[in-house]
Amino acid sequence: MDLALDLFTVAALSAGALFFLAGTVGLIRFPDPLTRLHALTKVDNLGLGLVVVGLLPHANGLVGALKLVSIWLLVQLSGAIVTQLIAGAIRERGHRE
Amino acid sequence: MTILSFTDVGLVLLVLVIGASTIFAREAFDAVIAFVVYGLLLAIVWVRLSAIDVALTEAAIGGGMTGTLLLGAAARLRSAEPDSARIGLAVRLAAAFFCALVAAGLAGALLLPPSVIPTLAPTVMENLVHTGLGNPVAGVLFAYRALDTMLEKVVLLLALLGVWSLAPNSAWNGIPGLRVYERPNSTLTFLAQLLPPLGIVVGFYMCWVGANAPGGAFQGGTILAAMWLLVIIARLEKAPSIGQPWLRIGLVLGPVVFLAVGLAGLVLANAFLAYPPGYAKPLIVAIEVALTISIAVALAMLAAGPPEQVQQ
Repeated sequence: MDLALDLFTVAALSAGALFFLAGTVGLIRFPDPLTRLHALTKVDNLGLGLVVVGLLPHANGLVGALKLVSIWLLVQLSGAIVTQLIAGAIRERGHRE
Repeated sequence: MTILSFTDVGLVLLVLVIGASTIFAREAFDAVIAFVVYGLLLAIVWVRLSAIDVALTEAAIGGGMTGTLLLGAAARLRSAEPDSARIGLAVRLAAAFFCALVAAGLAGALLLPPSVIPTLAPTVMENLVHTGLGNPVAGVLFAYRALDTMLEKVVLLLALLGVWSLAPNSAWNGIPGLRVYERPNSTLTFLAQLLPPLGIVVGFYMCWVGANAPGGAFQGGTILAAMWLLVIIARLEKAPSIGQPWLRIGLVLGPVVFLAVGLAGLVLANAFLAYPPGYAKPLIVAIEVALTISIAVALAMLAAGPPEQVQQ
């Protein structure tokens, strides 16, 4: 059982790390700000989500697990909203030019 | 080498690179962004050194709060008249020389430590039980080094007075000129409605938990200040004029409570800033709550900047 949980953690963390890597590559390589933002949101959603899911079996009791999940939810919330705001600013500037 | 030491070396390299890019950035805005990243990386470094209290403070103050202040300064500089007089080579060289001198001094102290490093840590751990606190950092801050902690908060007020004195005479007691987000009903409004209830709970929790675990007045106060600023920037609430009595009371509440407890210690515990036996923990928690409120108001007002409009 322990081995299965450990394997699950390794698999989920690796998948999360892959999303972080892909998001970073996208952030560097994509041509314009909107697509770069698009790459970043994948890191917030899936990368961090997979890392949190992978760490859940090792969390410090139910409270620890809830803290981990709420960190993910907070990052989701702020990430989504900040992305919207930046995208709005980009669009506004595009109209002016 | 284990994987962790590889991570540490990578972390140190990252800190150095970001530090260098803070110095060599051409635009003030770029330098500030690099500085914020630098603060967050330093917070991770403190976590690796098992100094969670310092890490929290670094992330909140070094990264977040100072970053906000510097961003405001950079924006102000951008809208101000461009300075025609370039800084001369001699001034630049002198600045580089003195910075290098400080860095060399620090490096010398780190690389050539005395054979026996002086430490009071064991004594602190032995006597911590008398304070009733579980967090040795809080014990040092409020029992053994209480005077430093109190003066630190007074310095914060002096800094705020410094910002306020930039106000023109006509705007004194007016409303700080914090730039707000112009579009109404944006996603920012949504965030400013959703986040503060959570943030206020987390801020007070940080303050409360500081007695026994990493956390404390400064970390909690910074979160409260951030929530208030969010509400102001999203235009859900106007920035208060700096003449409001409740604002002034909030600002001095922490230092006044601290000073009152300290003076009471003269009578009840035979020393300034000493706590009567058995009452140390409740007194310290009371001081921390008052300090959290004062720090929150002071930091928010620092970020809001000098008053610009006269109150209608």
